[in-house]
Amino acid sequence: MKRTKVLLLLVLVLILATVATACGDQRPTINVYNYGDYIDPEILKEFEEEFGIKVNYSMYETNEDMYIKLKQGGSSFDVIFPSDYMIERMVGEGMLQKINKDNVPNLANVHEDFLGLEYDPNNDYSVPYMWGTVGIVYNTTMVDDVVDSWDILWDEKYAGQIIMLDSQRDSIAVALKKLGYSMNTRSVEELEAAKEELIKQKPLVYAYLGDQVKDAMVAGDAALAVVYSGDAIAIMRENPDIQFAIPKEGTNLWFDCMVIPSTAENKEGAEAFINFLCRPEIAARNAEYLGYSTPIKEARQLLPDYMKDSEVAFPELEEVLKITEIFKDPRDIVEEYDRIWTELHSQ
Amino acid sequence: MRKATFPYLIWIFIFTIVPLFLVLYFAFTTGDSQNFSTFQFSLENFKRFLDPVYINVLIRSIRLAFVSTILCLIVGFPIAYIISREKPNRQNLMILMFVIPMWMNFLLRTYAWLTLLGRNGFVNNLLTRMGFQALDLMYNDKAVLLGMVYNFLPFMVLPIYSVLTKIDKNLLEAAEDLGANRATTFRKVILPLSLPGVVTGTTMVFIPAMSTFVISSLLGGNKSNLIGNLIERQFRWTGDWHFGSSMSIILMVFILLTMAITNKFDKEKEGRGGGLW
Repeated sequence: MKRTKVLLLLVLVLILATVATACGDQRPTINVYNYGDYIDPEILKEFEEEFGIKVNYSMYETNEDMYIKLKQGGSSFDVIFPSDYMIERMVGEGMLQKINKDNVPNLANVHEDFLGLEYDPNNDYSVPYMWGTVGIVYNTTMVDDVVDSWDILWDEKYAGQIIMLDSQRDSIAVALKKLGYSMNTRSVEELEAAKEELIKQKPLVYAYLGDQVKDAMVAGDAALAVVYSGDAIAIMRENPDIQFAIPKEGTNLWFDCMVIPSTAENKEGAEAFINFLCRPEIAARNAEYLGYSTPIKEARQLLPDYMKDSEVAFPELEEVLKITEIFKDPRDIVEEYDRIWTELHSQ
Repeated sequence: MRKATFPYLIWIFIFTIVPLFLVLYFAFTTGDSQNFSTFQFSLENFKRFLDPVYINVLIRSIRLAFVSTILCLIVGFPIAYIISREKPNRQNLMILMFVIPMWMNFLLRTYAWLTLLGRNGFVNNLLTRMGFQALDLMYNDKAVLLGMVYNFLPFMVLPIYSVLTKIDKNLLEAAEDLGANRATTFRKVILPLSLPGVVTGTTMVFIPAMSTFVISSLLGGNKSNLIGNLIERQFRWTGDWHFGSSMSIILMVFILLTMAITNKFDKEKEGRGGGLW
């Protein structure tokens, strides 16, 4: 009997403790859900100080992780950072709410090239955060050839020296582009052809990596790797032998944006946060910290020269748009992608 | 006594029974994973698994788990034996040394191998400095096996050690008195008595080795899947929880089978401490 009482008491104390700590901070809060390692933490602190809003910051690894977490409910986020095709899906499923543009005057700072894109034609739901391309980084001490085509990733000369992305979507897109197909193809035949290419390539591949690709390329562990342009900047900062190229067959142009889920509890706070991140000075510092390309016009001018004038971070957009595609939501053929990826990895 | 078991029962109910039934439920249905109203009873997921692609992954997982368990046993048994023959004070210290790395995060310890084994990593640096050719140590099955053995070895050593220390010294003396030499004593007395520990150790290594996905990702470079990777991907990328659940069930069945088989070797079922069940 006594034991039960002690137990009950313990539970009560625990509950009280949780409630008490929750009440300790009287400031309004916003819950921000972003990719891992995708913001300068100093900027969060500055926002908290200036606006008196506390930021609860949590992180996810992929769009799909975030999507499932949101879909399940039980958690409420005020600002999230999905990519282009995921915005398309979430808008379609009514998971996002329109942003009150009066509360985000800094939207005017966004370069017009990044507004009104297909995934959100009127920018009712999204404000661009970062953008970039996918290309090949190569170590000039190990690669003598001109890198201008995806074909080099199939060159036997570089067997065991090639790193591919551990991402179904991106790696299959590379194979599709090599074959001259659209990366948004719905044709099973074309996807099958891409699979055959990847299977052919597999013996040459050193590894399929996520974020680790940065360390591997900096250390000179491999000669060639497929990376996002932002990561390329980060790698080139650390190792001057590394160069970046966008293959002539074309590649993926991507956008990560800030959106407000329909379940958000502090919409004004969320809008203040989005507006804050669109300030040129803040956006520039964030972009420099991350190595990623900011869509804010004046922010680019505030960047150090190596980034501001970088062809990697800021390729001539008119040129790039000709050969790039933005991903569309692959929801209906996601199983096809999964099957291809599984077959590739059970070889 | 009854009241004291109550929290335990609640715990088991919430964290074992309910999740297990959820997994079963998902495994035997199809539909949109996020929408319960679309669920329909189906064996489709299991049929899909019969595809050679998936069977190959299963076989590969079993093979790697099996080899790593054997390696752990080969390395772990002598270690446990040697430690158990030391003076008690030193035994504690040696076991402590064995356990301390486990206080650090498992991921962190696996990441450390990346810097050791990389092409320009520590080991290769040492080799090239000594005039040898650099080796390809990373991103292959050997690296995965190394990761498994390294991470799971304590699970083999500890149960064997605990059984070995409990062996009655009188038995060893009796064997000696009756004229058995050290090899015979080991073979006829120590080895049979250590079996419960070996069985526990084997299951405790085999299960995580069979279901791991982190080690094959980090040290295998995602080149070849284990069943753990397949399951992870169904939940986190494809969003087909039904197929993911059915693969989890298949994995569970295989683990149960192997445990049943290993248990056959354990003649002393009453378990002198250390038996898992």
